[in-house]
Amino acid sequence: MSQIHVSTTVNGDAVEFLCEPDETLLDALRDRLGLTGTKEGCGTGDCGACSVTVDGRLVCSCLVLGAEANGASVDTIEGLGQGDALHPLQRKFLEHAALQCGVCTPGFLVAAKSLLDRNPDPTETEVRYWLAGNLCRCTGYDKIVRAVIDAAADMRSQAAQS
Amino acid sequence: MQYAAPQTVEAAIDLLTSHEGAHVLAGGTDLLVQLRSDRVAPEVIVDIKRIDGMKSIRDDSGGFRIGAAVSAAEITEHAGLGAAWPGLVEAAGLIGSTQVQGRATIVGNLCNASPAADTTPALIAAGARIVISGPTGTREIPAEEMTTGPGRTTLAKGELVEAVRLPTRAARSGDAYLRFIPRTEMDIAVVGAGVSLSFDDAGMCQAARVALGAVAPKAVLVADAAAALIGTAIDDAALEQLAQACAAACNPIDDKRGTIEFRTQVAGVLAKRAAVAAKERAFAAQK
Ligand code: FES
Ligand code: FES
Repeated sequence: MSQIHVSTTVNGDAVEFLCEPDETLLDALRDRLGLTGTKEGCGTGDCGACSVTVDGRLVCSCLVLGAEANGASVDTIEGLGQGDALHPLQRKFLEHAALQCGVCTPGFLVAAKSLLDRNPDPTETEVRYWLAGNLCRCTGYDKIVRAVIDAAADMRSQAAQS
Repeated sequence: MQYAAPQTVEAAIDLLTSHEGAHVLAGGTDLLVQLRSDRVAPEVIVDIKRIDGMKSIRDDSGGFRIGAAVSAAEITEHAGLGAAWPGLVEAAGLIGSTQVQGRATIVGNLCNASPAADTTPALIAAGARIVISGPTGTREIPAEEMTTGPGRTTLAKGELVEAVRLPTRAARSGDAYLRFIPRTEMDIAVVGAGVSLSFDDAGMCQAARVALGAVAPKAVLVADAAAALIGTAIDDAALEQLAQACAAACNPIDDKRGTIEFRTQVAGVLAKRAAVAAKERAFAAQK
């Protein structure tokens, strides 16, 4: 089986990797590029732990082939904070204790960021529906939803000040 | 396994024709799960997303042409589709999660041929036509003729779907799709009902299409249900007739998700509600 050469952009950096034709983007990110922030929960599109954006579109990276990323722009959890500065979503997840084991957290953060990029002021219902494909076996979701709504408020007031 | 991303429909057809096990990849939300569980082991995967037109929604002499690789999310975000075909758009918005909608396609939903596919009854109700290309040329069939049973389609070897065509929308028209699931999201339809209606100046229904999902081995177009609505103002008597025609068209399975009796009854109830919603939309669109 010959490997495929993929040129892509990950978190703004041009990267290249070789992958097998049937290798998922999730495996390529983790095993080829060492970006292990993106998690595998199910591998079948059910849990959202592997959430990334491809060309700005939120997807499950376990349901994308690495080869499909050729020429695309991929954003992962590693690109969320700026150096040591946490993204407001990350800060609010900590403040609200919106994580326990943390396996689901990168997926929730990437998915929530994608929501706030489109809708800076979502209702609770909108947050819950948007995140319906992200499963958490620990927190019971309420703290996650509150953290997202609080982060949205924070980001709106920051935007108003700047 | 090989991965190929051809640039033209002809090259894709060549790949599909020249390999024994060749599988089209569009959104991949079914295919990658099947690959992982070894339910399919294609020799070559033909990614059609790099082919011109596969990822676009275009005007089609007043109607729409939706490329086969257009995702559910692209459909739900499209203002023109939302105005003309809100029922199809709401069906697309019911597939899986936000992440799944970012990739899943309505053509994949159709070709995967699950009897419970949400967008299929909506497409059938809309009178959608499916553009299929293959080694012998291009053909077009009505959406209701696409599947023949669970997991089976009329696609011949070497053929692939290029696009879905939605007809021009007449004035005073509306559509709706409703499904029953035991939770509020992220589930598979126990029953689905799509209704599309057009009305004349006097407020009488002059054209109707009613389709049901998950109540038979494939999604069904129910001609008797449409006949019950045509020539009426969608009054209670017409809705009752509609429900009876829908119940009569049901041939469901009995499983843990719904009994035969339940699915049969709910099909009529959902069709009635979808007809009322379609009518409201037909007249709301007027204002
Ligand atoms: S690992 Fe991709 S959705 Fe669970
Ligand atoms: S914090 Fe453990 S799964 Fe969500």
